[in-house]
Amino acid sequence: MTVHSFQEHFDSLIDREISIEPKDWMPDDYRKTLIRQISQHAHSEIVGMLPEGNWITRAPSLRRKAVLLAKVQDEAGHGLYLYSAAETLGISRDEMYDQLHSGKAKYSSIFNYPTLTWADMGAIGWLVDGAAIMNQVPLCRASYGPYARAMVRVCKEESFHQRQGFEIMLTLAKGTEIQKKMAQDAFNRWWWPSLMMFGPPDAESPNTAQSVRWRIKRLTNDELRQKFVDVTVEQAKVLGLDMPDKDLKWNEERGHYDFGAIDWEEFKNVVKGNGPCNKQRLETRKQAWEEGKWVRDAAMAHAEKRNARKKEAAKAA
Amino acid sequence: MPAKQQKRTRIVYIIMAQQEITKKSEWPLWEVFIRSKAGLDHKHAGSLHAADAQMAIENARDVYTRRMEGVSIWVVESKNIHASDPSEANSLYDPANDKIYRHPTFYNLPDEVKYM
Repeated sequence: MTVHSFQEHFDSLIDREISIEPKDWMPDDYRKTLIRQISQHAHSEIVGMLPEGNWITRAPSLRRKAVLLAKVQDEAGHGLYLYSAAETLGISRDEMYDQLHSGKAKYSSIFNYPTLTWADMGAIGWLVDGAAIMNQVPLCRASYGPYARAMVRVCKEESFHQRQGFEIMLTLAKGTEIQKKMAQDAFNRWWWPSLMMFGPPDAESPNTAQSVRWRIKRLTNDELRQKFVDVTVEQAKVLGLDMPDKDLKWNEERGHYDFGAIDWEEFKNVVKGNGPCNKQRLETRKQAWEEGKWVRDAAMAHAEKRNARKKEAAKAA
Repeated sequence: MPAKQQKRTRIVYIIMAQQEITKKSEWPLWEVFIRSKAGLDHKHAGSLHAADAQMAIENARDVYTRRMEGVSIWVVESKNIHASDPSEANSLYDPANDKIYRHPTFYNLPDEVKYM
């Protein structure tokens, strides 16, 4: 087949909603874009453990502690599913780690905000995981098989993350005056960064059309953001908390909520590395990797020694 | 070669050698297969890195069966998996297309025959 007919065959698979699998021919840009998108997602899961890990020892009860531990463990798992999906595209795990540690690869900028109170664990689960789910559910039908299968697994597990966060918020919101204030404060701080999680407005997202064509993005940033606003407003009512947006208003004509302007300058700044915790997160991550090196090396040496011994024994027998 | 360029070439070689070492230190990749309950087949669940088979099974337990997804785990080092080539799909699978007589629905039975 010529490159041209390979391309035609690929396009026809995409058009017929047939999955692309690792050994199938695919255009270079498709491969590159997927590696970037999947590894970025994996990095976000791994770095996403850090703001929460901070609260495991300070959870207010044994139940909350067990739940938070399970959630953080899930995130490690989600990172691993995604890294292995990316590896099927021909990039090694170490290369991806290098890209994360050197700052070449990005992760979701939401994790560069600090977790100041216990209510932040509630707000993260409710809003950040809620936004992530909104983004991930359509990706369960992404065109690249290993990616779609990883997303199915992630989505199945993640709905508990959002519910446990909502439960924390609900408990605080129905608690004492101080607890309610704490919940509202966390909501205020996490609301806008959560909206930014969907990425820049469609008008400034030039790659969206190509990604939608390739079915590695199924809804645009603005569409997902609007969906998220619409459902969250209703959930906030149940909590009895105030939406931290004075411009928020139901628009009868559109059948959606209108919402205030997002501070994209802040977003760009955090992506650039100037958020409140960028430095700290990356340092912590690198430290964990470097301090774990002797364990990785020792395990490898041990495995090699055992293999050698087995071979010796086989020879002797 | 000018000295500056020579130095640069040497640095490139050192970096390449280091990368070679890093690559070597990466734990091998394993494919994980899980039997979700007794009586069912093992099904491919995903992959992971581990130093040896025992660690691969232990990691698979943590990564792929946190919610009672399995009662048995197989791990196979990925380099030992051999797969068919997608570009040969036509010659491999098409010949089965025109052999519909291999399916029971190909045969017409009189209505009187109730169970067959």
